Amino acid sequence: MTLDHKRLGLMYLWSIIAMMFLGGAFVMLIRAELFSPGEDFVSADTFNQLFTLHGSIMVFLVIIPSIPAALGNFVLPLMLGAKDVAFPKLNRMSYHLYVMGAIFFVASMLATGLDTGWTFYAPYSTSESPAHRAILFAVFGAFVLGFSSIFTGLNFLVTIHKMRPPGMTWFKMPLFLWAIYATSIIQILATPVIGITLLLVAVERMLEIGIFNPALGGDPVLFQHMFWFYSHPAVYIMLLPAMGVMSELISTYSRKSIFGYRYIALSSVAIAVVSFVVWGHHMYVSGQSVLVSVLFSAITFFVAVPSAVKVFNWIATLYKGSIRLTSSMIYGLAIIWLFGIGGLTGLWLAALETDIHLHDTYFVVSHFHFVMVGSAIMAFLGGIHHWWPKFYGTMLNEKVSLWGASLLFLGFNLTFLPQFIAGTQGMPRRYFDYAERFEGYNQISTVGAFLMGFSMLLIVANFLRSIRSGKPAPANPWGAVTLEWNTAPIPDPHNFDDAPVVGDPYDLSIFKWDEAEGGYVPTRPVPGLPYIALPNADSTESQH
Amino acid sequence: MILPTLLPLILQQQDGEGGFFFPPVASDLAIASDSLFFTILYLSGLFFAIIVFTTLYFVWKYHHTKCPEPQPSPVHNNTIEIIWTVVPTILLAWIFMEGFEGCLARKTPPPDAYEIHAQGRKWSWNFTYPDGTESSVLHLPLGKAVRVNLASSDVLHSLFVPAFRVKMDVVPGRYEQLWFTPTMLGEFDVYCAEYCGTNHSAMITTAVVHSQEDFDAWLSEAGDFMTKLSPIEAGERVFASKGCAACHSVAGVAGIGPALNGRFGQERKLSDGSSVTFDANYVRESLLDPTAKIADGFQPIMPTFQGQLDDDKMRVLVEYLKSLQ
Ligand code: HEC
Ligand SMILES: [Cu+2]
Ligand SMILES: [Cu+2]
Repeated sequence: MTLDHKRLGLMYLWSIIAMMFLGGAFVMLIRAELFSPGEDFVSADTFNQLFTLHGSIMVFLVIIPSIPAALGNFVLPLMLGAKDVAFPKLNRMSYHLYVMGAIFFVASMLATGLDTGWTFYAPYSTSESPAHRAILFAVFGAFVLGFSSIFTGLNFLVTIHKMRPPGMTWFKMPLFLWAIYATSIIQILATPVIGITLLLVAVERMLEIGIFNPALGGDPVLFQHMFWFYSHPAVYIMLLPAMGVMSELISTYSRKSIFGYRYIALSSVAIAVVSFVVWGHHMYVSGQSVLVSVLFSAITFFVAVPSAVKVFNWIATLYKGSIRLTSSMIYGLAIIWLFGIGGLTGLWLAALETDIHLHDTYFVVSHFHFVMVGSAIMAFLGGIHHWWPKFYGTMLNEKVSLWGASLLFLGFNLTFLPQFIAGTQGMPRRYFDYAERFEGYNQISTVGAFLMGFSMLLIVANFLRSIRSGKPAPANPWGAVTLEWNTAPIPDPHNFDDAPVVGDPYDLSIFKWDEAEGGYVPTRPVPGLPYIALPNADSTESQH
Repeated sequence: MILPTLLPLILQQQDGEGGFFFPPVASDLAIASDSLFFTILYLSGLFFAIIVFTTLYFVWKYHHTKCPEPQPSPVHNNTIEIIWTVVPTILLAWIFMEGFEGCLARKTPPPDAYEIHAQGRKWSWNFTYPDGTESSVLHLPLGKAVRVNLASSDVLHSLFVPAFRVKMDVVPGRYEQLWFTPTMLGEFDVYCAEYCGTNHSAMITTAVVHSQEDFDAWLSEAGDFMTKLSPIEAGERVFASKGCAACHSVAGVAGIGPALNGRFGQERKLSDGSSVTFDANYVRESLLDPTAKIADGFQPIMPTFQGQLDDDKMRVLVEYLKSLQ
């Protein structure tokens, strides 16, 4: 049993990819059913269970752990020039909790046919029916997963605080680390609230004390408040790491120092803090008081500003660069657009008046997929393509990677752009059946979803092929200067032989593309960077 | 110059009939809400166009085939950073204010608004008019402010009329309300927008906007159906308006609940193994205390109609069930 953060990161990676395929398989059934109105493949009850499974798996088992737990685990200690995270045993425990929680969560949902949607709204979820009595099991699974998330956050927070190498001041940290740092704060502070909420559901259930169920004297709107108090910050647990990955990708592949470093770094933390006080924007039509809605709306617009500025920063980074359209860069550029759409469509939902019509329609469904898939999952994939050479010491087939990224982008837009119109036209979400006039949008959507499914298969097949027979990777194929590239092509178990020398993480002028070498070569001697100085050292070093 | 004049033509509503984005514009609120929608659309469209254009332009201009070396440029610039923080902040604050004003206008209904009570329950709507008339279809007078008071018998629902751009959750244990003025004659879809279980997507009815005369005529005809119609016909109306059909078929197919035709006078097997006769008393008990006796093979999820059905209505319901073969 390993304690190595790199092995654990890869174990997370494959667990998460497996879960992504499971959640994806469920959504293929959903989209097939929605291809035309009426009952085609599954019954209404099955359909409701399918979207519950899809949402819960994708949120709790895929997107939340994706970048922090998989990429974070692998990359974070390397970026810090450290030998491991601060608490390697706790780290392994996080992984075990994730696996146990995941198995328990999915198994109990499948066994009991839970059909509440991933939001578990009371009193539907606490009412007297066998499926809902069984919600206790799913709740327990989610509870365990919460601990996994908290432990990971805690571990990273301490690691970043305590294990930075000499010379790496806060403002010399790569932005990916800033993003993970901000994410960890949210994980530690917000996750307990969902745990408490779920516990209260259990308490209400077992002791018949009225908390959320009006039949017992409870208040169902209280459940929504507690649920979104976690689940809105959770949006940023998904998004901030994606923004961190973005900053690395855009600067590396345009060979430019990131524009407005300080602004991006500090805005990550600012977003993390402010994200705690916007949850009520999910509840404008829930019966919450108008005054409260007004405050939430105002703060929501306020938090949109730093996100918008990050986009401007990335674009400014391209200016006067030397841009290479590698597959990772395609993901990066795609995210600028998709996140742009996701963010801008949020304006209609943040505005008190327009949200009333759009709330709980397909417009919302599409909006959050643009943010959670178009930005978070795309960044996860972009990050995998970027760091892959370090994972197994082999390269991906770049042609296949480019096809995968492009088809995914195309499929994504086909799937979700029509859903905006279905939404403004009035199609509510979580609808098993729909009026004739929504059929066109749904058909395009279904075609797009299958294209997305196909491109995911292609992308993962490419991963597997690379592990089996990929070209050996040089130590620093992208000429990047963050410390993880200053390791052997397959990093040693202890990562670094000597404490690395820390410089500016975005001084990309250290390396220059050399056509004859077919790789990046140093432009000047840099002490303490043994591996990156040898672009063609792959054959000898990969045995390390 | 061409774009700003062309775009509205493509995107704007056509004479209240709706358009590319929206269903018909059938209430005063719809007009206000859509105008803010399009304002945000133009603004964000402009921003998005800028984002797409600059990324494409930079990728083309600074592609490594043209620029093998990055050229020096500042890594940060206070003026630019302040401008692109302040400008969006002002625009966002303005959008917020617009949305805020629209929301205030929606908050308080005029004191003389016509009041309708809406009851949501799995999986149908029931509307009660000031004179006690009930209907499963939402009938409305044109041009008159209508206030709908909302209550739920079981779980969360949400009353959503896309053509009016109104939506409000229906919360058990509370009263919520919404109001609007219908501005267009016709029939419009009414949906449930908050997930509520098996037949959530079938919890649909129609809003019918009449002229004031037609509305009055409908109301007086519907109002005294108990006296005007035969008990069986009256029972059929109650059955429809109370949403029994959401769970019970009268054509012999078991759904969420048992089919109710051809049952009267028969033996009914219960979940505890005993059996009762399906008679007027059993029906009455099923309505007032549905969990007292559970039909074998079904879940105890029928809501109680205690307080919603008086003796007269239960009498005609029984007559109706008796008549079903
Ligand atoms: C949410 C679904 C639902 C609605 C709405 C509903 N019922 Fe039921 N009903 C059931 C279920 C389920 C049963 C069987 C379980 C039981 O006996 O409680 C049932 C049982 C019954 C029975 C006993 C049937 C038998 O064969 O034993 C009668 C009579 C009945 N309902 C009448 C009505 C009437 C009249 C209405 C409308 C005023 C109505 N129900 C509305 C779900 C519903
Ligand atoms: Cu939110
Ligand atoms: Cu519903």
